[in-house]
Amino acid sequence: MNRATFPHRVLPWLLIAPQLLISLVFFYWPAVQALWQSTLREDAFGLKTTFVGLANFRKVLADPAYLNAIQVTVVFSILTAFFSMAVALFLAVQAEKVVRGKGFYRTVLIWPYAVAPAIAGMLWLFMFNPSFGSLAWPLKQMGIDWDPLLNGKQAMGLVIAAASWKQISYNFLFFVAGLQAIPKSLIEAAAIDGAGSRRRFWTIVFPLLAPTSFFLLVVNGVYALFDTFGIIHAVTGGGPGKATETLVYKVYNDGFVNLQLGSSAAQSVILMAIVIGLTAFQFRFIERRVHYG
Amino acid sequence: MAEHDMVGASRSGRIAAHLFLILGAVVVAFPIYYVAVASTHSLQTILRPPLPLIPGPEAYQNYHEALAGGIGRIGGVSVDRLLLNTTIVALGIAVGKIIISMASAYAIVFFRFPLRMAMFWLIFITLMLPVEVRILPTYKVMVQLHLIDTYAGLILPLIASATATLLFRQFFMTIPNELLEAARVDGAGPWRFFRDILLPLSATNIAALFVILFIYGWTQYLWPLLVTNSNEMNTIVIALRKMISFADADTPWHLVMVTAVLAILPPVLIVVLMQRWFVKGLVETEK
Amino acid sequence: MATLSLKDVRKSYGKTEVIHGVSIDVEDGEFVVIVGPSGCGKSTLLRMVAGLEAISSGVIEIGGTVVNDLEPRARDIAMVFQNYALYPHMTVADNMGYGLKIAGLPKAERAEKVRRAAEMLDLLPYLDRKPRALSGGQRQRVAMGRALVRDPAAFLFDEPLSNLDAKLRVQMRLQIKELQRTVGITSLYVTHDQVEAMTLADRLIVMNAGVAEQIDTPMAIYDRPANTFVAGFIGSPAMNILPARINAAGNGVILDGGPEIGLPDRLPASVGPGKTVLLGIRPEHFTLSRDGMAGSFPVVVHAVETLGADAYAHGRLTAVAPDSLVVRVPGHLDLHPGRPIHVVPNRDMLHLFEPETGKRL
Repeated sequence: MNRATFPHRVLPWLLIAPQLLISLVFFYWPAVQALWQSTLREDAFGLKTTFVGLANFRKVLADPAYLNAIQVTVVFSILTAFFSMAVALFLAVQAEKVVRGKGFYRTVLIWPYAVAPAIAGMLWLFMFNPSFGSLAWPLKQMGIDWDPLLNGKQAMGLVIAAASWKQISYNFLFFVAGLQAIPKSLIEAAAIDGAGSRRRFWTIVFPLLAPTSFFLLVVNGVYALFDTFGIIHAVTGGGPGKATETLVYKVYNDGFVNLQLGSSAAQSVILMAIVIGLTAFQFRFIERRVHYG
Repeated sequence: MAEHDMVGASRSGRIAAHLFLILGAVVVAFPIYYVAVASTHSLQTILRPPLPLIPGPEAYQNYHEALAGGIGRIGGVSVDRLLLNTTIVALGIAVGKIIISMASAYAIVFFRFPLRMAMFWLIFITLMLPVEVRILPTYKVMVQLHLIDTYAGLILPLIASATATLLFRQFFMTIPNELLEAARVDGAGPWRFFRDILLPLSATNIAALFVILFIYGWTQYLWPLLVTNSNEMNTIVIALRKMISFADADTPWHLVMVTAVLAILPPVLIVVLMQRWFVKGLVETEK
Repeated sequence: MATLSLKDVRKSYGKTEVIHGVSIDVEDGEFVVIVGPSGCGKSTLLRMVAGLEAISSGVIEIGGTVVNDLEPRARDIAMVFQNYALYPHMTVADNMGYGLKIAGLPKAERAEKVRRAAEMLDLLPYLDRKPRALSGGQRQRVAMGRALVRDPAAFLFDEPLSNLDAKLRVQMRLQIKELQRTVGITSLYVTHDQVEAMTLADRLIVMNAGVAEQIDTPMAIYDRPANTFVAGFIGSPAMNILPARINAAGNGVILDGGPEIGLPDRLPASVGPGKTVLLGIRPEHFTLSRDGMAGSFPVVVHAVETLGADAYAHGRLTAVAPDSLVVRVPGHLDLHPGRPIHVVPNRDMLHLFEPETGKRL
């Protein structure tokens, strides 16, 4: 059946115009500029630009600092996704078990969603600040040389903790919804077949949660790639050294701080390719889920 | 509830679940609780760890000092200005996005016009161009349009959202054909149909989206960082970050903690108070 | 109140024509039912009258005005939809009054009209309820009420009863008929249910594959179906249509299975002896008889459906005949599959059709 519509011809253009205009001015035009800029090189004074083809890309991809950023991003994304999803899943399973108090737990567990990533980073920095952080204090008492501002591994641990903490809310809500969508009859059938609670979880519940987990994996990946810029910028500034310099942080830093326009543009284009890949991946997967569902 | 008991947790299992959940809630809430407690202690107490875990006696004094210009002395901008900026940005983004997304989704679903699907894809593809991947060129456009240090500059580039448009499109497509036809037979044109029928039916979707977008606007970081040079135009998140980065021994940390609480509280309240719509909106829109 | 007329109305989607030139004249106050199988184009035709679909060619007039290019709201029509299409967020009263509100009627006048319509439809106690708090039958009545308050030139009904259960459907059918007679508004009613069509219609339009096969009163269509499609569609169970041949004398037909049946009337010149034809006999136009009675022939029964008062015997003219035949018999008759019954067809109720075109001879 066709969609019923109004016969107007001009009105829809007026309705769509604002979004179209903003998309063109602030999305398409800059994206084209980035593509163009990525093939140019500017001299040190910004007086002369020359077309250099793919040279910027070659240079970026051969740059040890860029390869380091890729590595940092991968480690950071995987650990952040893993911790936030694992904790959220554990809590969601517990929340399914209780009869009373679900609402209360949910109310508390969604707080971090409303906290800006940058502020999440600052909160963790307050707590683990080497000079007066209350949680750094016991570490020091135990004789650990705690200083995330000087120790790269500790810095990485701190930003991963902050980033995971913030994402627990989101993952928790989705896992709760995913768990509720599992038909009770399946679990009952497994119980009648003699499966104990632990076995029921790993053989029935966990596999049936796969679509939710898979979806969250993509979302958490995108989150760790892009939305965590605030955490890095506010807590470590990419340091110490370049221990926490992620790809997005590097684009910003090279473009705005170091003013390497061509390189920054090439990095932007690479990031664009990553997002397009992730989005395509996500939509193919969602499409498949529709078929099954 | 016999069958529930059979596959549900045993009594001891439920108690264990409560314990784990309480532990989880404490861990998750702790950073926020910590800063809230810190904001009620004197500077001396804060600088001498460990911090007591119960609120201190300086609450009134700290907040009074902070609101009466204390924050302005650190960051150069008064806290009410910061909160005003952030509120304008968050509301502007939320309301603006809802309006332009609804309008474009309305056009795409309820009208037939040449290039309709091309327009849909043009909007859809912006999903793949987050601001993070086009930082510099977008900044240049802002400079050319003289939008640096303006509210328009803070809001406009963030209100075109494929996500919200897709959500409304999806919802509009569930409206039965006959409802539109009945309205047309009743004499309703596009505007009346939108106002009298579509808008009331979209109310819960709008509420859900409003919460999500308000949070999105309030927690923006990279974009405000780029397009504001003047402290006067800072959002509270940016201002807080500036207070910390210039931190030295003389930093009045008790006032910084108050600022952090003020930056966290409004969006947390919105999420908690509008929880029903927020959860529904989040889980349903992203699927 | 007004007349409604369609002149050679056509509809194409791209290059495919789905309505092949339909012409109808509906008189003032007349109740016309369009009936046909699903996909025959009956709903499309109705929606074109409503202005919800554009017509590709032809003329539609309501009350003497050409409405081809008018918006639905300018056509002065009201429509009752299959799914009722009630506005879920409005009360019953608001649903019924919405059209009047758009037309700019003052509130008091609106309320009065809504109240009067609600009274006719027994909806007074429900005026402040939302549609979701109503039963299917009540929703259907609200949809009727919404059409009624408008006092339009014409009512358009698009399968309004198909979502109700059987008992309610009979009730509502009667109520619609009575209501239409009381208010006397010209009505066009689309359905796929031939019982609904027969009982409601002043005149009936039988549609098939985008063509109006026959337009006439229900009984005229029952008595003299224009072609095999109409013959098979109207009447339940469907008319038996059997291949046959005119006898040598030209005063009877010989069925493929053997028996000869005499014809009452003089045949047209074109139907000469030896011509092959299709013979139509309705199941209800047989009389049971004893073996060997004049004009009777045996039917070998292979299945029986008993309904109570009646039973339908499914049988064949010979044990090996390809075509099955349905005969209505009294319900109490003791029939056994495999045994023959003897029947005499009602000679005045025979129908002859041209085998190639299916047209009535």
